[in-house]
Amino acid sequence: MTNHEIIRLVDISKTFDDTPVLKNINLYIRRNEFVTLLGPSGCGKTTTLRIIGGFEEPTTGKVLFEGKDITNIPPYKRKLNTVFQRYALFPHMDVAENIAFGLNIKKIDKKLIKEKVENMLNLVNLQGFEKRSVDSLSGGQQQRVAIARALVNEPDVLLLDEPLGALDLKLRKGMQIELKNIQKKLGITFVYVTHDQEEALTMSDTIVVMNEGVIQQIGTPIDIYNEPKNAFVADFIGESNIIDGVMIEDYLVEFANHRFKCLDSGFEPNENVDVVVRPEDVKLVPKGQGMIEGRVLSVLFKGVHYEMLVQSNGIKWLVHSTLMEPVDSIVGINILPDDIHIMKKVR
Amino acid sequence: MKKGWIAYPYVVWLVIFIFVPLLLIVFYSVTKTTDEGIVFTLEYFKRFFEPIYIMVLLRSLYLALISTIICLLLGYPLAMILASKEFRHKRVLLLLVVIPMWMNFLLRTYAWLTLLEKNGVINTFISFIGLPKMELLYNQGAVVLGMVYNFLPFMVLPIYSVLIKIDKSIIEAAEDLGANSRTVFRKVIFPLSLPGVVSGITMVYMPAVTTFVISRLLGGGQFTLIGNLIEQQFLYTGEWGFGSALSLLMMILILFSMAIMSKYEKESEGGGLF
Repeated sequence: MTNHEIIRLVDISKTFDDTPVLKNINLYIRRNEFVTLLGPSGCGKTTTLRIIGGFEEPTTGKVLFEGKDITNIPPYKRKLNTVFQRYALFPHMDVAENIAFGLNIKKIDKKLIKEKVENMLNLVNLQGFEKRSVDSLSGGQQQRVAIARALVNEPDVLLLDEPLGALDLKLRKGMQIELKNIQKKLGITFVYVTHDQEEALTMSDTIVVMNEGVIQQIGTPIDIYNEPKNAFVADFIGESNIIDGVMIEDYLVEFANHRFKCLDSGFEPNENVDVVVRPEDVKLVPKGQGMIEGRVLSVLFKGVHYEMLVQSNGIKWLVHSTLMEPVDSIVGINILPDDIHIMKKVR
Repeated sequence: MKKGWIAYPYVVWLVIFIFVPLLLIVFYSVTKTTDEGIVFTLEYFKRFFEPIYIMVLLRSLYLALISTIICLLLGYPLAMILASKEFRHKRVLLLLVVIPMWMNFLLRTYAWLTLLEKNGVINTFISFIGLPKMELLYNQGAVVLGMVYNFLPFMVLPIYSVLIKIDKSIIEAAEDLGANSRTVFRKVIFPLSLPGVVSGITMVYMPAVTTFVISRLLGGGQFTLIGNLIEQQFLYTGEWGFGSALSLLMMILILFSMAIMSKYEKESEGGGLF
């Protein structure tokens, strides 16, 4: 255990009505870290968060907080706070009362509460909203109140369950930056649940990719994007071409009827592997200059780049490029060794 | 509203069966037939303020209040049990709460007679185990028991319907912010259930004030309530004028308390049954 570790999940499993939701989750979270649990819906990320928050008891396994077992401690005794998916504001209280809820329970001096509530409203840019009823707020404003209500208690860890899920794209981008700033400013550990890979890449220090109740990969956003551990991660984080290949020998892989140099080693000779290539790493060059050749099937304009499908030797390559090639033109395709990611077949 | 004509049959119904009878009641209450024909009078209203009738009113209000409080104290926990997710047999329990409402009100009250009678089921059991027989019927307790028994579902159901709509995550949020289960109830669940409580109180208190069957059967005619008084005027003494005046005063009283209740409900916000 490192000194900076604050939460550790040990062999956590959870079963709902005989359906396993989490299988043997082991994870530690460092102090002041922004950790994101990322995965498709139903992957167990929210359940993991609820187990940390104390709203769900694991079927087996332990939750450690600063080294102490808190598995059976009720939520109200835990030094962490949660921002709920649908905000869960108290409808019978105004904004200030909502934010002051936790402080009032701790029986703190009224004047101090008022001051803290004001500070929080400043932090989340809702000055002057004290007396507003929560029903009269927009989704984004309710979200800020929910965040303020949790943060005012100065928790060691803030748990956030898809807090931006209900906001529109522009608001969400703004809130992502704001949340990240708040996290840095207050130096609080954030455990963040989302299914949005872009959100995870933007905000996190560490991403935990989950699928079907199993942790697929833990790493920094850059690691996870550039070195996905398996085809699921590669597919889930960003778009990918995932192709069947054969590892001829160390540093040489064959796919699409061509042998490519790569940087991977340690496979059996002629082992079947998954080859992952990011669409932006498939370089289109004039006909005759590429390692392989293909025909452009379709072109879509995506704003910053064009998205093209190029057929070559029975494989449809997804290609992102700022330069457009016309449909039906024959192009060359180059893939650099650095951009080829070899993964063991899961099955 | 383009399809306004759809409302016409209802309007006709309302006029024939509610508006006209109401006018008749008003008419009876302020007129009397003398030798010179029908003349205007306020004597029926004046008569109501005689101490004996005021006593009847106060007794009605008092017994209804006691019954309502007991219904609330019994009904709220029951509604909470019904609304809780963990409780496994809630469907059965809910059914048990509702089933008596499917049976005739009179029959249910008569059933209590056989239980409470001098030689009824309970006294037979008591004397069987060697204790002296008790006077269970024809006292205030029996009337209150009858009211609580008959009106309890009307307290439970509105509270239940409000409780079940409270978002579970709001309760989790309160727990998350440091509230133990008592504080969660005091600061979140109870305030949010107030519209249901107000509806429940209204739905129990109103019929309890005006009932005459329960007080006659279980009170043995010794506890004349306002409902009995009205019944007597129409069926036995034939004083339709006084009966009408009493009914009108009762209606005004009910409207008045409904207004207070609905004002209170608006302040607490939310959707009850009214």
